[in-house]
Amino acid sequence: MKGILRLAFKLLTNDTAKFTALLVGITFATFLMIQMTSIFAGVLDKSSATVTNIGSTIWVMDPAVNTVANSIPMPDYVLDAIRSIKGVKYAVPLYSGTALAKLQSGTYQAVSVLGLDDTSLVGRPSLFEGKIEDIFAENAFIVVKDSEFSKFENPKVGTQFEINDHRGLVVGIAKVTAAGLFGIPTLYTTYNRAIQYLPNSRYTLSYVLVEPKNIGDVQAIKEQIKALGYLALTKEEFVQRIANFYIYQTSLGTNLLLMTLISFIVGLSISGQTFYTFILENLDKFGALKAIGTKGYELVYMILFQAGFTALIGFGLGVGLCTMLIALAKFRLPSYAAIVTFTNIGAAFITVLIIAGVSGYFGVRRVLKIEPFDIFRG
Amino acid sequence: MPNTAIKATQLVKWFGEGEAKTQAVRDVSFEAHFGEMLYIVGPSGSGKTTLLSIISGILRPNSGTVIVEGKDLWNLPENQIAEFRLNTIGFVFQDYHLFPRLTTVENVAIPLILKKRDWNESMQEATKCLEIVGLKARADLRPIKLSGGEQQRVAIARAIVSRPDILILDEPTASLDGDTGKAIIQFVKTNILDKRRCILIVTHDTRIFEFANEIMKMEDGRIVGIERVN
Repeated sequence: MKGILRLAFKLLTNDTAKFTALLVGITFATFLMIQMTSIFAGVLDKSSATVTNIGSTIWVMDPAVNTVANSIPMPDYVLDAIRSIKGVKYAVPLYSGTALAKLQSGTYQAVSVLGLDDTSLVGRPSLFEGKIEDIFAENAFIVVKDSEFSKFENPKVGTQFEINDHRGLVVGIAKVTAAGLFGIPTLYTTYNRAIQYLPNSRYTLSYVLVEPKNIGDVQAIKEQIKALGYLALTKEEFVQRIANFYIYQTSLGTNLLLMTLISFIVGLSISGQTFYTFILENLDKFGALKAIGTKGYELVYMILFQAGFTALIGFGLGVGLCTMLIALAKFRLPSYAAIVTFTNIGAAFITVLIIAGVSGYFGVRRVLKIEPFDIFRG
Repeated sequence: MPNTAIKATQLVKWFGEGEAKTQAVRDVSFEAHFGEMLYIVGPSGSGKTTLLSIISGILRPNSGTVIVEGKDLWNLPENQIAEFRLNTIGFVFQDYHLFPRLTTVENVAIPLILKKRDWNESMQEATKCLEIVGLKARADLRPIKLSGGEQQRVAIARAIVSRPDILILDEPTASLDGDTGKAIIQFVKTNILDKRRCILIVTHDTRIFEFANEIMKMEDGRIVGIERVN
């Protein structure tokens, strides 16, 4: 069988023009599919950045909250009520909001502000520079060094700025797992300073972060919080809720699906048609092989090998090209929202296999139909 | 090995049904012998190609038997017929059907590769066959770079590379000029035909009749005459 497959390989690759056209089709389709899904994955990752970075086991929020950025403040008694629930190890407040900061150059920059519980600092980031206890100093803020850091004019410890007519002082530079979606720098401070410095509505409690005594208590805690009229989600559930919002309640998911579908159709059209033409051009040769004594299944192996080989090479080139372009884009635009995940690659691979399978199927059908007698009849 | 290579008895083949029914081969019986070249001649539509396809295991007859080297060909299981063709028969098609994207030597080696012989070994054997047909120097060229006569010789090399006992040539001189056609058939008779091999040629090129041992004339699907030439 090795020799037959080598023969198939030579027949395919020696036809440089067709082989190139096939590769272009598959590569292009793979590139588009991975690019689209990577951007979506990037957007979803960034949209859940706060949840990922804070990392609490349970998040309590108003039931109407869909994304972490659009919190609906809750009254303070909710925090006390949650603390009294059986199975809760601790519950702390979290402030999440946005503000305008006036930088040293005099320009204004929108920032995302997270106010951590003053006593425990639950959800605090790790610091590159400075000490976490300095967050209790007067006007203290910690700046996250992510892709948006430069928008805050690359501050250092000791850099001053204004936030809502209050003095702000950078006391630390932090690192986080994921950067936010909206392209603005993130500041950490204490909960009380956040609600004191930033304009607020009547209620100030954006989220309550809850840690259960045992992981088995999670369900009971969620039910009791539901009875209070609020929504409690585990970290994973909240990330999924945010993803669902972007997929189903914005046009992002639909557009992604359409673009992926178009990529698939483009790939299938180019590759399918080229492969079928390749088979048609060699049809008499396949017929001659049949007449000489090649068995039907050997011809099927040859064609499937050709289709599969082209698909794999095209897929590899597509993944490489996409990864390279995303890396280049991130090099130039650090906030570029695209992540190549194994799920993206796996989904694109399955789609490419479908393209190869469909192309191969039509080729196989055509070749199996040809009768060696037709070769004699010319 | 018996002297009779092929024994065809009362072969009948028709195509279509009802009014569209066409009788291509009617009650044909003949024998072909090792060490001889048998020509099947006749006008277009006389059933030559159909008969050739039946006796080479490509087209199943409606009735009749074909005994090749003592085996009842059409009583073999379907999957063994392809194997039989691969091992017993060498084909030279009218249009050669060489793969344009393979080199000459790779084209010649195809039957060996189909017989699952090692690739390098197949190439060596194929090169030997190209030497026999005088094209060793052209081994690495693609068929498109060869003349019609050279392509014909490559097709012959491909047909003999697996040393089949029966060689079938379909209109071998149809696309060659007179001198080249005669040279090719003379070459086949001198270098390819031996006591262990039977060669069947379908043709209506009278210029090559002189090389035949036996000429079988067909008309309207029937044998209308068998003539021994020498």
